[in-house]
Amino acid sequence: MERQHISAAFDAELHDLRQRILTMGGLVEVMIADAIKALVERDTPLAERVIAQDHLVNGHEVAIDEKCLELLARRQPAARDLRFITLALKIVTDLERIGDQCANLGKRVREINTEPPLKPYIDIPRMAHWASVMVKESLDAFVRGDDELAIKVCQDDQMVDDLNQQIQRELYTFMLEDPSTISRAMKLTYVSKSLERIADHATNIAEMVIFMVKGKDIRHTIA
Amino acid sequence: MSPESEVTSRQPIVTVESLNLHYGAAHALKDISLSVARNQVTAFIGPSGCGKSTLLRCLNRMNDLIDSVAISGSIKLDGQEITGNATDVISLRRRVGMVFQQSNPFPKSIYENIVYGLRIAGVKDKALLDETVEKSLKGAAIWDEVKDRLHESALGLSGGQAQRICIARAIATNPEVILMDEPCSALDPLSTLKIEELIDELKEQYTIVIVTHNMQQAARVSDATAFFYLGELIEMGETKKIFTNPEKKQTEDYITGRFG
Repeated sequence: MERQHISAAFDAELHDLRQRILTMGGLVEVMIADAIKALVERDTPLAERVIAQDHLVNGHEVAIDEKCLELLARRQPAARDLRFITLALKIVTDLERIGDQCANLGKRVREINTEPPLKPYIDIPRMAHWASVMVKESLDAFVRGDDELAIKVCQDDQMVDDLNQQIQRELYTFMLEDPSTISRAMKLTYVSKSLERIADHATNIAEMVIFMVKGKDIRHTIA
Repeated sequence: MSPESEVTSRQPIVTVESLNLHYGAAHALKDISLSVARNQVTAFIGPSGCGKSTLLRCLNRMNDLIDSVAISGSIKLDGQEITGNATDVISLRRRVGMVFQQSNPFPKSIYENIVYGLRIAGVKDKALLDETVEKSLKGAAIWDEVKDRLHESALGLSGGQAQRICIARAIATNPEVILMDEPCSALDPLSTLKIEELIDELKEQYTIVIVTHNMQQAARVSDATAFFYLGELIEMGETKKIFTNPEKKQTEDYITGRFG
């Protein structure tokens, strides 16, 4: 159990900030799952809902930014409190971009669903599952200050990258064999690419968590 | 949505209107109008000589003790004018308590420090006095530290403890408003945080006006902040707004350390 501040109000504000970030994270996790469900089940209205939810994510970003600025101005946080709040500011940017990628997924799915399916979707849902787990775990690591979980997230990114490459290769094969599939296959490569980007944003968050916990910046150190 | 609205829309307990104060020829407060919201912490900030302590002292007529002072304008407590000769200053000071920069426990026991105001008011009921001591010391978050030595001298306490005894003494008469003039400037950082946490708890029951040189303290403890400069009220508003995006350039220069 983390030791409390003498100021109970400061503790309450930090708790509130953690909860807001988890809420925002929970929202993008649902958006990832729904976007892929909309693809697999060819549910275009669900894709539309995902697209519409992006503005909720944006609203969370603005509110959290404002709260962080207030905390910086009023509480003069130091050491790990300072790292927590400044990283919260950066993390919401990554979460907002994940929201944008979910909206992109929704738009591609809306287009894909107007044409007959190219193939059964196996690897894309697997990739979406892993990307979503990474987002969840990166935020859990952030709010708990769990650097080991953050390291796991960084490692899991490789799996998502591998899946992305595999999917891209497979789709190139479709396109080479039958150019009439190019339009559909290209859209699926965009879907795969968006999921890969989501996993990258989760990795960014995890790297920042490691900095928050250890005070050591590991970004751009892994070739 | 204007920042002032949230502060001033709360029911005011103190209303100052067109207040001017001269110390002899020196014009120390220039046409000050503001209101202090009930059950909030209001901070007065500004550089030395800006008039913030002078204004604080007007709120319980401490300036009466200085001969050369001339005051015009109006100060109302609960809608009742307090600047005139008709005001019973003793009863006013019971309603508007004060805590000073240097903790000033009386050279008496802890117990007698707390009941001093009640004894002056003629209270003799032992049970009531005991109850007030316990309630006040608990309210000032120092009961656990002193409950076993209530009859020892208050002069043996640390600075932070002595200041909390003074706060307990101020709340023993059950005031409506507590004025604090630099209550933490003689304390170490942790004792300061304890007093600040206490202020946060006290506002549930009391209205607090605090003068502080420490802008960060104002940012931490207050709901509303008023910035004074050379006897003028430059800006008053919600503390969050004052410290993240003040309206006036002078305020911004002061809180960002760019003054002068």
